[in-house]
Amino acid sequence: MKLAEMEQTDKGANFENRGAVRPFQTQPKLETRNLKAFFGKTEAIKGISLAIPDRKITAIIGPSGCGKSTFLRCLNRMHELVQRAHTEGEVNLDGANIYGPGVDAVAVRRKIGMVFQKPNPFPTMSIYDNVAAGLKLNGVRNRKRLDEAVERSLKLAFLWEETKDRLKEPGSGLSGGQQQRLCIARALAVEPEVILMDEPCSALDPNATSRIEQMMVELENEYTIVIVTHNMQQAARVADYTAFFYLGQMIEYEETDKLFENPKMELTERYITGKFG
Amino acid sequence: MNQSGKHSLRVGRISHSPTLLCIVAITKFIEWERFSLAGKEPSAENNAVVPAPQFSARTSKLGDRIFRVLTLGAAFFVVALLVLLVYELIKGSDLTLAKFGVGFFSSKTWDPVTQIFGALPFIWGTLYTSVIALIIGVPISLGVAIFLSEIISRTSRIGELLSSIVGLLAAVPSVVFGLWGLFVLSPFVRDYFEVPLHVHLGAFPLFKGEPFGLDFLTAGIILAIMIIPTVSTISMEVLRAVPRSQREAMISLGGTRWETIRHSVLPYARSGLFGAIILGLGRAVGETMAVTMVIGNDPSLSTSLFHPGYTLASVIANEFTEATYPLYVSALVEIGLTLFILALIINIFARLLIWRITKSSRVRT
Repeated sequence: MKLAEMEQTDKGANFENRGAVRPFQTQPKLETRNLKAFFGKTEAIKGISLAIPDRKITAIIGPSGCGKSTFLRCLNRMHELVQRAHTEGEVNLDGANIYGPGVDAVAVRRKIGMVFQKPNPFPTMSIYDNVAAGLKLNGVRNRKRLDEAVERSLKLAFLWEETKDRLKEPGSGLSGGQQQRLCIARALAVEPEVILMDEPCSALDPNATSRIEQMMVELENEYTIVIVTHNMQQAARVADYTAFFYLGQMIEYEETDKLFENPKMELTERYITGKFG
Repeated sequence: MNQSGKHSLRVGRISHSPTLLCIVAITKFIEWERFSLAGKEPSAENNAVVPAPQFSARTSKLGDRIFRVLTLGAAFFVVALLVLLVYELIKGSDLTLAKFGVGFFSSKTWDPVTQIFGALPFIWGTLYTSVIALIIGVPISLGVAIFLSEIISRTSRIGELLSSIVGLLAAVPSVVFGLWGLFVLSPFVRDYFEVPLHVHLGAFPLFKGEPFGLDFLTAGIILAIMIIPTVSTISMEVLRAVPRSQREAMISLGGTRWETIRHSVLPYARSGLFGAIILGLGRAVGETMAVTMVIGNDPSLSTSLFHPGYTLASVIANEFTEATYPLYVSALVEIGLTLFILALIINIFARLLIWRITKSSRVRT
């Protein structure tokens, strides 16, 4: 039923987004309208319209190949970097289409940060320089401002205590979990409005995972977070809202508790009870 | 009598060092071989905790052993070849080693008529032209590599065409480059670069002297063209090996394409790029024919770009047929030895540098 609803959206939809699935009342931070993503001729995302709430955690779950990562990468225009890939439809950040004419993708990415599946700190840079990298791109040269931003970001990422005495050491010397938190700190340093996380814990052990989840809950007060995860328990633990994707379509999008306890769609139920996936 | 005795002692000391080096190399190799044996066999045992009888004896073991002996033989053959080469170089240059000793490397005079030989002008010419080649060739090569790996897509027609053309450049015989350098490049450089530079900036030591076209600058430009295929092809491979996650990290922070290359891709690839440049330098140092044809063949220590010079490789090529008496031949062989040592020093230096670069930035996995 929601699929049918979605197909009707988009055309002529006014600002009050009749069509986009929105399981909440507030003004959405991000909103996609009939978003389609292609790899060459293959359609990986088949027209998804959903609204993402401000300063909440929204999780996207689904089996491998359902397009959840691709969807996420459309939200900050990273998808189009892949060869022969392109996007159709709209993604509105506070009502402004980031795919609109004249919009600079680089400027979009400064507002919508991203954390990747595998920790990818810059190996030639120190911990400090890793965190400051984004700010330096923005032309911040003032030492004091950089120091403050680095400290603030590392504290937000729960990494300050472990690294404050060795900020000059290379970031690659940290453990996997620390490296991922360093990458989160790096993304936070440029003060984005939205943070996209693409399975940020899939390469980490349970201990490191729980620290990152804890951190996400703290960050929720200041940032809008969208997380793609393979791990349904993780979605249940951290997310306020959860969307279930299957084969490039959004099957269901609800408050997390409702989705897990009382899914409306049979497909969702079968997935969360582990009958396929 | 006494004099010659002293010299032969000196010969002994000098001939010692490369031989020693080779012995060290061989022992290292044996150590490594033993280490690799020690490293492999216990782990194989560990894997097979309970060796089931049907897995223990295999007919292919003999084949393994033969294969090992064959490859080991091939490896040792190369080492033996090197040892022999160094030995012959030292033996062949015994006359000049005895007569001039270490002074050979620091003497400015090369005069076959008065039978005084010194290698310094050739060492200088080799280094000077190689440095010019790097200064001109490396930025162009890096530009080509960055363009091919970062700017246009890997599967595009233009990219494939361009990289195969760069490869073709490497296939042009050196003597053809030399001819082209002599008849086309040299007059062009003289008329359009050297003369104006000399007229306006002749006061600088770099641009002193009447430009003839057959000089350090022309040789350096020819060398630059010849190292471009090497440096750009290897650099391109190195850049392509940079993981996508490194690029995406910078892009997701709001980096433009250039910022991503500058702050993420190039730093990540720096040790590999350095290796590419060193290979280019190796080619420039050893290049013979093209340089011989355009450098002007004058053993000088001039710092002027417009002064004719000489390189180690080109003096050997040029004068071997004229070497009419044993001391002359010996001097040329020692020039060869010098070239070998120079290449060795560059390689050691490069390895140390690469080691220092990678030590500080090893990624933990």
